[in-house]
Amino acid sequence: MSEHAERLRVKKTYKLYLGGKFPRSESGRSYPVSSPDGAELANAALASRKDARDAVAAARKAQRPWAGQTAYLRGQILYRAAEMLEGRAGQFAEELADATGADAHDALGTVEAAIDRLVHYAGWTDKYASVLGGANPVAGPYFNHTTPEALGVVAAVAPHDDPLLGLVDAFAPAIAAGNTVVVLASEAKPLPALSLGEVLATSDLPGGVVNLLSGKTAEVAPHLASHADVNGLDLTGVADTALAADLEAAAAQTLKVVRRPGRGADALDLLRQWTEYKTVWHPAGMAAGAGGAY
Amino acid sequence: MGSILSGAEAASLVRALPGVDAVGLEARAAGLSTRSVKTTSKAQVIDLAISMIDLTTLEGADTPGKVRSLAAKAMRPDGDAPATAAVCVYPSMVAAAKDALQGSEVKVASVATGFPAGQVPLDVRLADTESAVRAGADEIDMVINRGAFLAGDLERVYQEIRAVKAAAGDARLKVILETGELATYDAVRRASWLAMYAGADFIKTSTGKVGVNATLPVTLLMMQAVRDYRAATGVQVGVKPAGGIRNTKDAVKYLVTVNEVLGDDWLSNEWFRFGASSLLNDLLMQRQKLKTGHYSGPDYVTVD
Repeated sequence: MSEHAERLRVKKTYKLYLGGKFPRSESGRSYPVSSPDGAELANAALASRKDARDAVAAARKAQRPWAGQTAYLRGQILYRAAEMLEGRAGQFAEELADATGADAHDALGTVEAAIDRLVHYAGWTDKYASVLGGANPVAGPYFNHTTPEALGVVAAVAPHDDPLLGLVDAFAPAIAAGNTVVVLASEAKPLPALSLGEVLATSDLPGGVVNLLSGKTAEVAPHLASHADVNGLDLTGVADTALAADLEAAAAQTLKVVRRPGRGADALDLLRQWTEYKTVWHPAGMAAGAGGAY
Repeated sequence: MGSILSGAEAASLVRALPGVDAVGLEARAAGLSTRSVKTTSKAQVIDLAISMIDLTTLEGADTPGKVRSLAAKAMRPDGDAPATAAVCVYPSMVAAAKDALQGSEVKVASVATGFPAGQVPLDVRLADTESAVRAGADEIDMVINRGAFLAGDLERVYQEIRAVKAAAGDARLKVILETGELATYDAVRRASWLAMYAGADFIKTSTGKVGVNATLPVTLLMMQAVRDYRAATGVQVGVKPAGGIRNTKDAVKYLVTVNEVLGDDWLSNEWFRFGASSLLNDLLMQRQKLKTGHYSGPDYVTVD
């Protein structure tokens, strides 16, 4: 009997996640991604500055409607993303093990941590405003309230050595607070991030709220840092200190909020990072003057 | 030549026009829209496009204050950017626009003749036109009677355009064909020639009030008509695509097409206009990008 032909595997094309769609890079470029032991895993799209521009445009378009959703709904959607990831935990553990060389058990642990992290931020959506804002006591017949509001569009360079959990930390706190994000995934290990785009796309997350790019940090990040329509810049994944300093200087030209590499990742700190405060004074008027109940 | 034709002559000339090769037209438009313009040329194209804009507000909610702020933007869009060609408003806002634009080169264009549907009696349309001219409009954007055109009554459409032309006096007359309602390329070609025979100074694609507005193939077809009309009669007529042109890339496609089909003679705001409102902000953002080297955003241009 003749030898049984081995089935050819259908390989996945890893594309960008941009405005709710999965395009290739507009430049048509891609780059090979390999595991730590040198085995070639796949080709990923190599994003250009124009992809970054398109991503920012998509994020800007999505920002106001997203911030205008109720906190409860944003929480539900983040929780839905956790559900979707739970259902595909096996696939992500495998991709993560291939990407980082971690053993299967550790990789599954990281995926579970990422799921738990999403649930954690889902819980924060309707609570952080009470923690960060509130009613301020003032010496006069006024009500004085402080409320945190979304910064706008946040561009993030995700950590290089932590392709899944680090990515969740790069986008989840920002979108929990009503921002939209453009994330540049780990340059050497982008595949888990690009697969996470599929999870987000099936989680009722409106297109454009999270945009994922894969490519060279040194090529794409400067255009995000100088882009006038980006309000916050997360440099967590920029390992090159000279580049990080340049990016921070470029960001200062248009007054961006910058998160420097190496800062701690306490959840509330991250939520606070991508928030600005609005304080309103409101005359208490006759009700307060007359000793009214409110 | 246009002025000596009778309605019946114009209608029969227009009916004799050859049909349009739709596939060829669309392929030509698609080919022209792949061109790209870079660096210093791009800077020139952007400034040229800005100078060709009829900055438009045609809403029920228009107020004299809104028209004044639009006029201020038209005169000085951003830093050293050139002024736009005109401000385009409803007849009731012409006086406010004229007042706000005093002493500037920016023209006042007014839509008239029962814009956008044109479904009112002819005497009302003529009175509409006369009142816009009396209020100071330099240019009149009229709509053709699509009902009559689609019913085949070309003579009537011709006579009505002639009547509006007479009512408009010295004001330049832009004739809106509303190509989105004409259904076929053949009809667009006929309407273009009919309007030109009747004395149009400009032919304009759309009102911006229906589902389909200016498209590149339709505008290309109108440019061909204008080119052939000059070759036949020696009279030059302008073209104005309007509605749906929102970004710099679109504007560049149109200008490339003007250059290829009509040439230098039409590359000024005397003979080519964009009817647009949001296009200006995108052009200004692209302009800032070229100047500063980094991408700009909507926070850096005025809110309309």
